[in-house]
Amino acid sequence: MAKQILILVGSKKGAFTLTSGPQRRSWELRGPFCEAWPLNHVVADPETGTIYAGGGNEWFGPAVWQSKDLGATWTHSSEGLAYQAGETPIKSVWSLAPSAGALYAGVEPAGLFRSNDGGQSWQHVAGLREHPSRPNWQPGGGGLILHSLVPHPTDASQLWIGISAAGVFHTADGGATWAPRNQGTRCDYLPEEQRYPEYGQCVHCVVMAAGMPDRLYQQNHCGMYRSDSGGQHWDSIEQGLPSTFGFPAAVHPRDPATLYLVPLNGDIAGRYVPDGRAAVWRTRDAGASWQALRHGLPQQNIFFGVLRQAMATDRLDPAGIYFGTNTGSLFASADEGDSWDCIAQHLPPIHSVETLVIEA
Amino acid sequence: MAARSGSSEPDDPCEPALPFVVVTLPAALLTLFPGCKRRVELSAASVGTAIDALNASWPGMRDRICDSTPRIRRHINVFVAGERATLQTRLTQGAEVLIMTAISGG
Repeated sequence: MAKQILILVGSKKGAFTLTSGPQRRSWELRGPFCEAWPLNHVVADPETGTIYAGGGNEWFGPAVWQSKDLGATWTHSSEGLAYQAGETPIKSVWSLAPSAGALYAGVEPAGLFRSNDGGQSWQHVAGLREHPSRPNWQPGGGGLILHSLVPHPTDASQLWIGISAAGVFHTADGGATWAPRNQGTRCDYLPEEQRYPEYGQCVHCVVMAAGMPDRLYQQNHCGMYRSDSGGQHWDSIEQGLPSTFGFPAAVHPRDPATLYLVPLNGDIAGRYVPDGRAAVWRTRDAGASWQALRHGLPQQNIFFGVLRQAMATDRLDPAGIYFGTNTGSLFASADEGDSWDCIAQHLPPIHSVETLVIEA
Repeated sequence: MAARSGSSEPDDPCEPALPFVVVTLPAALLTLFPGCKRRVELSAASVGTAIDALNASWPGMRDRICDSTPRIRRHINVFVAGERATLQTRLTQGAEVLIMTAISGG
């Protein structure tokens, strides 16, 4: 029985938490935490309840913050979170993922680190940057960032990662070796005969379906995709959506066929919600058809976007869905997206949204 | 060598004495390291070893001031005797080392 639920918000100016009971009717906002550092991702380890916040400060560089008391107090560390002398230094931490007792961090410029002591110290997972494609990795608009971390739920040796704009890579040996997993995803920004390369895709977000480790969903710069083969091949699921462009993707906590996206109007069209009307788009059939969810969302003169890590679900029943905007508003649905409320506004630009359910 | 507040005399009389210097830290750095003082007295022969001494007393402080190149972070300025310094800048007895946050942010 859930006692409490927290929404964890990473923003341009620190971390925030919003706390509610299991009915999710009202929310208490606290923050900003972490000395108002720019934070790209705030997550919780559901096994320990520890909250981790990754980012990079303009003056003091990258670090991972952590709180063991739901945000009341914080410490920070970047011990070992560095490339070798002479390489371009790490600018910021972009993504965090607890997995099988370890904690992974994706950083800019793109690379992967692992902590085996709860974020106190870090080791470089060097195999990824030793991949022969690495000299050809190109930065996307947000930099050369490793932003998606998708651990296998039962096999700790497997992990999928997403790099903008190098694409999706997969390891089956704990990070020693990696293989591109981009077949079927296209690059509209390349000449027509080069649009399906082995790597170089501008992946925006990769998530795994609940209970189906081989089923991945991907929001790309150029389309939305599903793979039922662990990324060996991807199929377009963008038909029925208002555009091919967006950033976040969030899966239902139990139904592997249900996915939520926030399509934007296009990469060079302003990157806000189409027609100035906010909508979350939901599929209940793995991308075969889509439904616009607008009830309670603003429908006039809306020009916000939602960034790649700024949408999440909780594991309650019915599932809660949450997204934060780059204009500092946070929206929540306690009925799987059928209706929405704005639960915070005038926050800094929101970079990430995650949830933590605390049992009684 | 760790930061300290005592004498600059070395333990080994055969070793040359390291310069005794005073480092002033930016206020924003103090909030990241509880218990750290704004002005720290220590012995060091260069800016780099002075930062090593700070790191020995407050683990992690080197990463906040320097990147992995290694060099002083782009938006941190270090002044010695009023001049912009690098990690290699030599320190002399009584030097004032001023670490400041530069203009940045958004």
